[in-house]
Parts: sequence; structure tokens; C-alpha cells
Amino acid sequence: MTRQLSKTPAPAQPPHFDVHRIREDFPILHNKVHNKTLVYLDNAATTQKPNLVINALRRYYGSENANIHRGVYLLSQLATDLYEQARRKVQRFINAAESREIIFTRGTTEAINLVASSYGRTNFKPGDQIILTGMEHLSNIVPWQIICQQTGAVLRVAPFDDNGELILDEYERLFTPRTRFVTAVHLSKSLGTINPVKRMIAIAHAHNVPVFIDGAQSIAHGPIDVQDIDADFYAFSGHKLYGPTGIGALYGKARFLEEMPPYQGGGDMIASVTFEKTEYNELPYKFEAGTPNIAGGIGLGAAIDYLTSVGLPNIVAHESRLLEYAHSRLSGIPGLRVVGTARQKGGVISFVLKGIHPHDIGTILDGDGIAVRTGHHCCQPVMDRFQIPATARASFALYNTIPEIDALADGILKVIGFLGS
Amino acid sequence: MSDLRELYQEMILDHCKRPRNFHNLPDANRAADGFNRLCGDKLRVFVKLDDGIIKDIAFEGDGCCISKASSSMMTEALKGKTLDEAHKLFQQFHEVLTGPPDETPDAPELGKLAVFAGVREFPVRVKCATLAWHTLEAALKDEQKPVTTE
Repeated sequence: MTRQLSKTPAPAQPPHFDVHRIREDFPILHNKVHNKTLVYLDNAATTQKPNLVINALRRYYGSENANIHRGVYLLSQLATDLYEQARRKVQRFINAAESREIIFTRGTTEAINLVASSYGRTNFKPGDQIILTGMEHLSNIVPWQIICQQTGAVLRVAPFDDNGELILDEYERLFTPRTRFVTAVHLSKSLGTINPVKRMIAIAHAHNVPVFIDGAQSIAHGPIDVQDIDADFYAFSGHKLYGPTGIGALYGKARFLEEMPPYQGGGDMIASVTFEKTEYNELPYKFEAGTPNIAGGIGLGAAIDYLTSVGLPNIVAHESRLLEYAHSRLSGIPGLRVVGTARQKGGVISFVLKGIHPHDIGTILDGDGIAVRTGHHCCQPVMDRFQIPATARASFALYNTIPEIDALADGILKVIGFLGS
Repeated sequence: MSDLRELYQEMILDHCKRPRNFHNLPDANRAADGFNRLCGDKLRVFVKLDDGIIKDIAFEGDGCCISKASSSMMTEALKGKTLDEAHKLFQQFHEVLTGPPDETPDAPELGKLAVFAGVREFPVRVKCATLAWHTLEAALKDEQKPVTTE
């Protein structure tokens, strides 16, 4: 996922990877928007879904639907098996040691809230410190602020430089005997920066501090091995890796999860209940109260199957090629400034145009069927750091093509022709 | 591109690139901040109100073409108007922006402001065009809290 600043033409497509065949798997890519073929470049917000996922959802509701962990009848057993299979797929996908370390959630946001609430409320005391980075998404700031208000703990922010790279020395200097927790984004949604999480975790562990990694953006764009990076917690959302919305997963080391109190109460998370006392269920069910998003879990499993069949190394190679080409095309446009130029970068390119507001860029590109995100990307502190109100952002996925980046570049030139003074 | 020309009319482009009354107003006796959460637009509207009449009006801030042009043309339209007239004009302006897309708006009182009728084809941009007006209403009510477009 390394970006190079060369101006050379885009390198050849990786072998065994045919983007046109990939595109056949995604029905929405063949839709028209304003009578133009959709050019979908907002993959950091959500990704499109392949037929494999859409069909898994249809099949589940058409012939496999029943509640799980309850019935003695065949259909319930089938649904339970499919759901638990999906859990094992997630386990293998991120190389967790055990499937009971995988907790299904609604998404990354709920996973963060779960850890902040369950771990934080038990372990944080007044004056304790929680370290996060300056490039966090709002959903990895606010749950910790809420827990700080409840416990008297305080946040410490690790800064990043003008390229959007975390300043590792400054991060390390934040550790004190009162540091209790670190939470950090793996791949920044607004800047594209890939943080050196393995190194950050090693530094935290040297101070005996556990670490949560927000993997919402990194999960679909490179292999993740939670044991190799030694993350204590890691979370992601299904819809950012070509799966359904409303489903995600939290990984936590069993020794932490076992000690943590439940996050929500309800069915499935209990072993026995009387009015005097409740015994909680074992992992992972202790953290899964109520009927879960069964179809979502199965759809997520199908998305993982899809990514595995395409091959993550192929995806990484393809997206690096797109990013390299986009940087080279866009940085040649007069008045365009790329925001976020870290050496380690994922397929995200945020930019501003001199004298033209991102919102106008977004509307004019949309007229050509090109979908980009404009705004602060839920990262207002990042915008404040660069003293800009907003950016326009193109973010790439495995189905994007070089001609689509050409369309983006041509669209931007059109915006300048239209609105430039 | 024809749809875009509906939105970005020549007059809008002119006011976007060269906004009028785009400055601080030191002798203002009313002011308020407006904020569009969707895109991060921020502006401040200043009013010098004298005996129920808008004697002077100006704005500062950063925003998209639509919000800047709308702010600029609002200040031109309202100078010398009474509070009542200003309020009525906003109502008409709002109706033109949110009316059914296939109907041609009939609002002669709006004058130049009618060029914003094209915004109705772009529902997510309506808030850009109304931010200045909402902020003005807050300033006239002397509200201290920044208004948002939500």
C-alpha cells in the first residue's frame, strides 16, 4: 500500500486480476446516474456489494431464516450454523486465535462504544489518561469523551505532521504512569494515512497499556493479522468490505473480554436468570444481547469469501496502482492541493481546489455521474489542523479503473473551467 | 451541463466570485453565526437595525458558491427594507427553493433572487442557499446560539 510519487504511466495490472471481470460481479456499477455511467469513488464511506453477498442475503431470507441459538428444529440449527460459520470466517480473515474472540456488532461505532463503555467504566479512574491520535474519526473520539465525563479520565492527543503522518516521538512522549488505554485509527478516512500500528502497539505494551485499533478503513485494503500486530482490540464494519450495513465485528483478546462486564443485557447473553441473580453466558455471547443481525453476519461471511477468492494481495496491488495514478494525474492540475501525503497511504485522495468550495466540486462531478465525498468526512479536528473547512475526497476500491480516474481528472478540470475566476 | 447551468446561473457565479457587502460591519447592532454541518460552511451576518429598518447589512465567512452568492444577494436585496418586508421575502424565497420541480415559480417580488429557483432541482443544496437567511433571522431575533441548517 505504499504510494510512490513517480509520474510514470500506471504500471501493468497485477496478474490473475481482471478488473473488468470484477466489475461484472457488482450490479450497481452498471447503473446510470444523470444518464451517465456511475463512477463510484466514495468507497471510504461505503463499498458496493457483489452478487455473492446480495445472493447470500436473498438465500437466507428465502430459505434459511430462523432465530439462532434457540430452536431444536432443523431450520434454526441451519441458521445457527451459518451464523457461527461467518464468525469463524471473520476469525480466519483477521487471524484471531479463537472464534470466541469475535463479537458481532452493528459496526465499528458500536464496537468502540462497547469497549469504551465496558472496559472504560470498569478500569478508568479520575486523572487516568487515554491516548488517541489527532486523525481519529469522530466515532473514535466521542465514545471516549463520554467515558471520560463519567469516570474523570482525560484524553491525550498524539499529533500528526503536515503530510498527515503521526509523529511517533510525540506519541511515545504522551505515555505516563497514568496512561490506561490507547485507541488509534489504522487507515485515516480523511487523509489516507496508514498508521504504524504494530510499532504503536509495541510502544504501548512496553508501558503495559492495552490498545484498540479502529480498522474500519483498513479491513478491505490489506491483510490484517491481529496476532502479528498484537492488537488487544480491533474492530471493523461489514459495509466497508463489500458486505451489508448494520453488521461489524469486534476482536478482543479473550483475557480482556472475559474480565469485562456485559455491554447490554438481554436474551442470548445470559446463562441463567432469576430475579435475584443472573449468570452471564460465555464468550462471545456475553456481548451479544438479543437477536442479532443474522442475515448481516451471513452476508459479511460471503463478503469475506469474495475478498478471499479475489485475493487481498491482488487488491492491494490494484489499489496502489490506482492511487499512484490518481496522485500523478491530480497533482498535475493547477490550483489543486492534495491533503494527506503520508509515505504509507491507502487508496484515499483528499484534495482542495484554490478558490472553489468542495461542495461545488461534488455537485458538478455528480452531474457527470462521478460520486465523490465532499465535506469534513467526520474528521473535523483533521480539517482544523489543516485550517480548511472541508475537502473533496476520492476513495478507491477493487472495482475502480484507470479510465475512472481519468474521468475524475477531466471532471475536476471542468469544475475549474466552470467556477474558476 | 444544462442542469448545472440551471443551478449555477451567471448571476450566481458573479456573486460567488465577487460577493457584495462581504466584510465586517463595525457599527452593527445585530449579528449571528450560521453553520452548515453537512459541508462545514460558516458565516456571520451583521445588521445595523434602526427603528425597524435594515440600514446596513453585511456578511463574512467561507462557503460554497451557492451559499456565498445567496448571502451576497440577500444583503443587496434587504438594504433599506423593514423587518416585516425582510421576513416576507425570506418566506417567498424559501417557497421558490422548495416548490415542486416541474412548476415555474411565480414570485415577482423576489426580483433577482428568483435565479435561485434552479436550486430546487438539487435538494441537498437548498440548505446552502438558505443558510444566510436563517442566520439573518437569528441575528434579528438577537439569538446568541449559532444557527445550523439542521
